[in-house]
Amino acid sequence: MTDLSKTGAAVGEPVRAGEPPQAFLEVRDLKVHFPTDDGLVKSVDGLSFQLEKGKTLGIVGESGSGKSVTSLAVMGLHRLGNRGKNVQMSGEIWLDGKELVSASPDEVRRMRGRQMAMIFQDPLSAMHPYYTVGNQIVEAYRVHNKVDKKTARRRAVELLDRVGIPEPDKRVDMYPHEFSGGMRQRAMIAMALVNNPELLIADEPTTALDVTVQAQILDLIRDLQKEFGSAVVIITHDLGVVAEIADDILVMYGGRCVERGPVDKIFDEPSHPYTWGLLGSMPRIDRAQTDRLIPVKGQPPSLINVPSGCAFNPRCPYADVPKGGITRTERPELREVGSRHFTACHLSQEDRTRIWTEEIAPKL
Amino acid sequence: MSETETGAAAAAVKAAPADDEKPLLKVEGLVKHFPIKKGLLQRQVGAVKAVDGIDFEVRRGETLGVVGESGCGKSTMGRLITRLLEPSGGKIEFDGTDITHLNTGGMRPLRRDVQMIFQDPYGSLNPRHTIGSIVSAPFRLQGVEPEGGVKKEVQRLLELVGLSPEHYNRYPHEFSGGQRQRIGIARALALKPRMVVADEPVSALDVSIQAQVVNLMDDLQDELGLTYVIIAHDLSVVRHVSDRIAVMYLGKIVELADRDSLYASPMHPYTKALLSAVPIPDPKRRTQKSERILLRGDVPSPIAPPSGCRFHTRCWKATEVCRTTEPPLIELRPGQRVACHHPEDFADQQPQDTVLLSAAKEAAELVADEVLAESAPEPASEPEPEPETAPDSESEPESEPESAPAKDSQRAAEESTEK
Repeated sequence: MTDLSKTGAAVGEPVRAGEPPQAFLEVRDLKVHFPTDDGLVKSVDGLSFQLEKGKTLGIVGESGSGKSVTSLAVMGLHRLGNRGKNVQMSGEIWLDGKELVSASPDEVRRMRGRQMAMIFQDPLSAMHPYYTVGNQIVEAYRVHNKVDKKTARRRAVELLDRVGIPEPDKRVDMYPHEFSGGMRQRAMIAMALVNNPELLIADEPTTALDVTVQAQILDLIRDLQKEFGSAVVIITHDLGVVAEIADDILVMYGGRCVERGPVDKIFDEPSHPYTWGLLGSMPRIDRAQTDRLIPVKGQPPSLINVPSGCAFNPRCPYADVPKGGITRTERPELREVGSRHFTACHLSQEDRTRIWTEEIAPKL
Repeated sequence: MSETETGAAAAAVKAAPADDEKPLLKVEGLVKHFPIKKGLLQRQVGAVKAVDGIDFEVRRGETLGVVGESGCGKSTMGRLITRLLEPSGGKIEFDGTDITHLNTGGMRPLRRDVQMIFQDPYGSLNPRHTIGSIVSAPFRLQGVEPEGGVKKEVQRLLELVGLSPEHYNRYPHEFSGGQRQRIGIARALALKPRMVVADEPVSALDVSIQAQVVNLMDDLQDELGLTYVIIAHDLSVVRHVSDRIAVMYLGKIVELADRDSLYASPMHPYTKALLSAVPIPDPKRRTQKSERILLRGDVPSPIAPPSGCRFHTRCWKATEVCRTTEPPLIELRPGQRVACHHPEDFADQQPQDTVLLSAAKEAAELVADEVLAESAPEPASEPEPEPETAPDSESEPESEPESAPAKDSQRAAEESTEK
């Protein structure tokens, strides 16, 4: 509580625009808007977070909450393709002391692949069907390292072996379609890791995979992180996956962060009604059977006409709880509710604690 | 008074043992092989054995969940029992009628009783038809004139699944994924079917919407007395919706059990591995990571499935007998049928066969020590089987020549636990 009064209730953390950051990756007030015929799509609308090396951040949210666009923006990939032509982007992204939003595409390209790499959801469409898996890994390596083809090929085989592909010296000459889904995902991880990146972004890395393969891939990512000490951002809609692998969690809704904090806080004392909704919607295999799930009513918001105030307010069961004169149309800012635990909700601390302990927690 | 009576009657129906009434759907030795053709003459050079001899039944009013990895044949199974595919062998009986090889015309009257909900809410609705025409199609095709007219009935159905009747003249693209899935459900329910086969009904939906659809299906079952066969890969969802669960692996059912027994004590090593792989949304569990069983590699190809037990190439308990002999699906505990020579937490069906295959030794490296200790073949480590299950389990293997040693180990187990 004293912290709250010190930092000011409305501020998540002081935004020192322009100042170089302390954290390895720091995103400050990032906005990515796409103009379309129907209006301005505010995919990401004021997002801030930090990530240290060796740590994992899990970004959770539903489709259309802006989690993938965030990762593309960090990688500088939002500019690509047709929709990226007149994208409007503001804010700051600091990676290892360099600012990426104002950097030229060339500068970002030199960092991409070397300092930051990405694992995509669908390995079949993320890999080129005309080139062998080996060629694609070699290409990524030779762009950033002046080595001959032989050395690069050895590196490719070594990495395929590291990510657990059997017979890597044969597999290296095969095409993506000859791999199974799990193996393709491993090959893509190998490709991302070929230059020992310091930041690895994994966008739904296991969504297309079976649980048994998912467990293998998560295990692999965890091991590799230990080995290389990289910072990992994992984007997923599966709370089970983030509980397994993340140190910090960021919950996104309607292009904004609604809750952020250490993983155990988010699961033990979640403080945003949307996080409660996510936890209630999920059938739990580790708990006694419940009769009914507690869904979040309604539909996710349109990013063109984001509801005024809190984007979650039309679906929020607690929108009508009196909040000391704050109206629905006022937008809540991130507030610190515990150590390193932030939430963007107008509910008072007492109401929040009461609702969580009395109404939500017993039903989960 | 009358209310309590009907309530009691309903309860009695629910509680009545299933053996008394005939199952709604009975499947025996169902096989579906897709031929692989090659060359100018399109000679058959092989077959994808998608479903390779499965037996199960679906009881009236229950929900049977079917789980397995991709490629295990669960969707093919769903399309076979709705007869969207022609079986290559075996027998399907729906409500006492053999429907295995009925032609399109012969199936038509049955289509009223068996309906399907599809996985992809984007691909399963014709984009050029209005919602009204999509949901009323079953009436048109079956020549049914519902009471009060088609339009009224369609609007009632839309309301039933939580949509607005005004949506009648809209097109599918105007709806979100969750709403489209509701339209698919409304269409499936139009003719008041008795059985609904749902193939991954919620896997394309967001978590919060998924819960809405799961609850809706639950309510409709209570309201309309539906029987569900729900095919899904998400083990938490299947546990939530099912009464009984069948676990498939490479075209076979490896375990078929009541929900609670299956999740509390899976007996097939594959089931155990599958359950242990589910990510638990509880960070405190991370310290107990060692319980996880990592399976090696991928599911083998269904074109040339492994001999004997199909799981032996990835199983940490596989022995010689697993490579040569296919284990039958037998009831080891009441309500729990398992196809395994070395089931978990139970008397070994082949105790004399203790030499692990080399593949099993490699696989065992990926299995946590605790799990290994727990599933070690020596009978002493076994938890006590429930008293009434003992005679069952002893009588079962009697048909096999190895029954005598099996009995011995069973007795040894009981003795050791008594001490």
